[in-house]
Amino acid sequence: MLNIPCPHCGLRNETEFHYGAEAGVAYPDPNTLTDSEWAKYLHIRANPKGWLAERWVHFAGCGRWFNLWRNTITHEIGPVYLPFTTQPKMPGNTVQEGPGK
Amino acid sequence: MTNTNDILPPGTIGRRRAAALPEQPPQLWKNVKPKKAYNAVIVGGGGHGLSTAYYLAKNHGLTNIAVLEKGWLAGGNTARNTTIIRSNYLWDESAAIYEHSLKLWETLEEDLGYEMFFSQRGVLTLAHSVSDVRSKKRNFYANALNAIDSEWLTPEEVKKLVPIINISPDVRYPVHGATYQPRGGIAKHDWVAWGYAKAASDLGVDIIQGCEVTGFDIHNNKVQGVHTSLGTIAAGKVGLVGAGHSSLLANFAGFSIPIQSRPLQALVSPLLEQVLNTVVMSGAVHVYVSQAHKGELVMGAGTDAFNSYAQRGGFHVIEHQLAAALELFPIFSRAQVLRTWGGIVDIAPDASPIIGTTPVENLFINCGWGTGGFKATPGSGWVMAYTIAHGAPHELNRPFALDRFVTGHLIDEHGAAGVAH
Repeated sequence: MLNIPCPHCGLRNETEFHYGAEAGVAYPDPNTLTDSEWAKYLHIRANPKGWLAERWVHFAGCGRWFNLWRNTITHEIGPVYLPFTTQPKMPGNTVQEGPGK
Repeated sequence: MTNTNDILPPGTIGRRRAAALPEQPPQLWKNVKPKKAYNAVIVGGGGHGLSTAYYLAKNHGLTNIAVLEKGWLAGGNTARNTTIIRSNYLWDESAAIYEHSLKLWETLEEDLGYEMFFSQRGVLTLAHSVSDVRSKKRNFYANALNAIDSEWLTPEEVKKLVPIINISPDVRYPVHGATYQPRGGIAKHDWVAWGYAKAASDLGVDIIQGCEVTGFDIHNNKVQGVHTSLGTIAAGKVGLVGAGHSSLLANFAGFSIPIQSRPLQALVSPLLEQVLNTVVMSGAVHVYVSQAHKGELVMGAGTDAFNSYAQRGGFHVIEHQLAAALELFPIFSRAQVLRTWGGIVDIAPDASPIIGTTPVENLFINCGWGTGGFKATPGSGWVMAYTIAHGAPHELNRPFALDRFVTGHLIDEHGAAGVAH
């Protein structure tokens, strides 16, 4: 089980959280989108083998969403950051096997 | 090598007796070095990749082909699943492709000339609430309209079929009824892969293990070959059958697919006497159980919550599925967990597979089987082979095209399956 550092409540068990997949997907302007751009926004999310910036919500604690970097091979957790703040750099100098997008 | 059996007298002891042991049985498939070029290359040597190669050779006469596997044959999800086979899906598109697959299962051992312990012991899917009954009955009627064998069972009929099940109304999730597909069942998963590998190899297909694909040779949006850890291999056509690694393969070829890779865990008990002669699934209590031929109870549940390529998951997921199993089968409380493991499953937004053409010419993809691909092994390879051979999908896999995420014609089996399937 992951131990996830909630930025508001501290380190808690994974069972207190829900997963939100890739972080930082901006809402596009629906008036200017083609169908395939809209499909990309709706359905395509990063799926890298390596570091992934992703969203979690601490539903059994503060109830708030936040973001963190996590390695999808080792499950190691990197920097944690709040939504709408600048995304920290990808941890380490691991070479990614593609963005997985 | 000399056959020492011929020259050593019986009763020879020690090292000399060891030397007198019979030679290894013949390999099921030939281990070969890759040629410089093939008419078609299949990336991924799991069940689906091997069956694709087999049907390409058998149905379409294409034998100058290779299957490239980065690890060892059937070392991924093929040997990590819980081997459930059924076709009682809700939507017409799913019912058609899974039923085609089940029909292929029914003659597969004869077809491949290889035993795989295919056992049509039936699959029971339990309903635990009023709304559960409603949706399972809807499923049951939909199956009837698609001429798929399906029955509706009362709790008492469930108990008759599975005497060890708890149908008491006093439990958290009482059994209110179940759908039953008698033609469903299980098979021995690694034997399935070996059977396809043997049959494909016999037809001239090259099966190459330890060969990782690292990129594609693409000119004018047309695939010309694959870059691998064993060098570049030219290919007229390429089929991607990479399961949990499909996103990465698509990236190498310069396009994106709506797939998330998650760990799916399963477990077995030690060998027990036969107590369960059908497959029992439950979406509400979130477990599925069968008992293998040797006697181990095989259980699975849902995926871990997050993206991963680690082939392992959290123990709380195992605890959750065991709690569910114990509620249904109180006698399992005396069994122990022998082993747990995980595989990386490729999940599409609608929990249905993606099989067909890609934005790159002559490059085809077959992925997104998620938590339920084993049952589709024959059907998946059959339609993928057709798609590669004709450069266009068969009517069975046309609805499962990559562009359904743009057109909006999703085949939403999330609600229909309720649980990992």
